[in-house]
Amino acid sequence: MALLTIDGVWKRYQDHSVLRGVDLTVSSHEVVCLIGASGSGKSTLLRCVNLLETVDDGAIHLDGQEITDVRADPDDIRKRIGIVFQAYNLFPHMTVLDNITLAPRKVHGVRRAEAESQARDILTRFGLADKAATYPDRLSGGQQQRVAIIRALATHPRLLLLDEVTSALDPTLVNEVLGIIRELKQTGMTMILATHEMTFARDIADTICFLDQGTLVEHGPPAQIFDAPQNPRTREFLYG
Amino acid sequence: MTTDWVKSDRQLARETLLRARGRRSLSAATTSTVIVVVVAAVAITASPGWPRVQETFFNWDALVNSLPDVLRGFLLNVMLFMIAEPIVLVLGLGVALVRGLRAPVFFPLRALAVLYTDIFRGIPVILLIYLVGFGVPALQLQGAPADPFTLGIIALVLSYTSFVAEVFRSGIDSIHPSQRAAARSLGLSHGQTMRYVVVPQAIRRVVPPLLNDFASLQKDTALVALLGPLEALRQAQIHVAKTFNYTPYVAAALLFIALTVPMARFTDHLAARAAHRRGGG
Ligand SMILES: Nc1ncnc2c1ncn2[C@@H]1O[C@H](COP(=O)(O)OP(=O)(O)OP(=O)(O)O)[C@@H](O)[C@H]1O
Ligand SMILES: [Mg+2]
Repeated sequence: MALLTIDGVWKRYQDHSVLRGVDLTVSSHEVVCLIGASGSGKSTLLRCVNLLETVDDGAIHLDGQEITDVRADPDDIRKRIGIVFQAYNLFPHMTVLDNITLAPRKVHGVRRAEAESQARDILTRFGLADKAATYPDRLSGGQQQRVAIIRALATHPRLLLLDEVTSALDPTLVNEVLGIIRELKQTGMTMILATHEMTFARDIADTICFLDQGTLVEHGPPAQIFDAPQNPRTREFLYG
Repeated sequence: MTTDWVKSDRQLARETLLRARGRRSLSAATTSTVIVVVVAAVAITASPGWPRVQETFFNWDALVNSLPDVLRGFLLNVMLFMIAEPIVLVLGLGVALVRGLRAPVFFPLRALAVLYTDIFRGIPVILLIYLVGFGVPALQLQGAPADPFTLGIIALVLSYTSFVAEVFRSGIDSIHPSQRAAARSLGLSHGQTMRYVVVPQAIRRVVPPLLNDFASLQKDTALVALLGPLEALRQAQIHVAKTFNYTPYVAAALLFIALTVPMARFTDHLAARAAHRRGGG
């Protein structure tokens, strides 16, 4: 069954339509990569799914529940969706451990000891065990972004949204973050990624979606989109 | 480890030069300070009115005579301050948070908070002391406080809360929206986002301006003298009235300075530390 369905979503800022009737279905354990030029609406689409923006038309369903229903509780829905931003957005006044355990403790009511031991486990898994007591400004960009991903995972979301999580990073640091995402795919995490890393997208995605000026122009398996794009706009974007 | 590091000759020479430069800066600072102080002292003491000023404002006997009373009064100022300050902090943060509530049900509260800050920031403290100090008892309300000490605290709190609320509000506004977005996307409610993410960061940012307002509050406790409690200024007035010598005022002033200077240095220290951290981060 579809985990997430997006039906005819429109989003306008002032007179400018940023999303123009986007349709997309994401199944459980599927990894979807959104590609497209800067300004095509990738971030906006992710922010709509996470209810950080309200849609102007259309509907989004998560696990069969309409999350764009005005009567739905956004806090409750966000508990089931994790998002990681390009700029990490870690909380600078908290240690790595507190950043990770804040939502499990305060939103999901997990006891501190349990939340911390879970956080330490996952930090160890991603090679950050010695950073638990460190403040974010003492970490490299790659480490900060990995912590941000772990923070989003700590609440066991049904769906993880990743918005250009490597584009603020030094090329040498990109791989450590991509490594985490690969691992997550292996554990079966459902993910939507906005990315400019075409090689990575091809490697990890089950489905590639090409967005152009707010329209989902073409989508399909990586081999099809990258090797035999049907739409002239996709060809133009990929081959220049 | 770095235990195998032995400073090279180049580094030793560099450090010698730095120390020499440090000594030169220190002696330059000392020399210029001494010159300024001496010139000022000569200019003041050589002025024609100095002997009279010295007699009426800097009289040793008058100082010794009045100091115990002024000091006793000053303890009252310290008490006014120590009681008013925490109340101002709590209420100020409360008003700032109320102004940040967006839900429509809170409209009346929000409007009240705006009205409150607009009014009380506009009234001079001295006027407010009069209005509260003489107005509230005149109402003859059952249970309304009537002693000047409490009324003075109420007036100071009303006035300073409006300033402190604005300081908190600017601190809250200065936290980048992406921090809220990150907190909300983790499922935290508005209240939890404020409590765990926004307010703790905002408070760190507003500590220097807050301390500045506190220095100002410390001074303004003297205005409560208008209502009659025997605090430092009032005690000094009594001595002045008896002896026609103004030295007790100077004594009171020195006590206030003794209280605010450490706070000012502490503010500088915090500001410097914050700047250092931002620079190093
Ligand atoms: N809050 C906003 N107000 C007005 N316009 C906005 C706002 N946010 C985004 N936009 C506009 O919406 C369009 C799509 O932005 P979006 O951030 O979704 O693009 P993107 O595909 O993520 O681009 P990039 O690859 O550069 O991140 C852009 O033209 C942008 O200027
Ligand atoms: Mg973007």
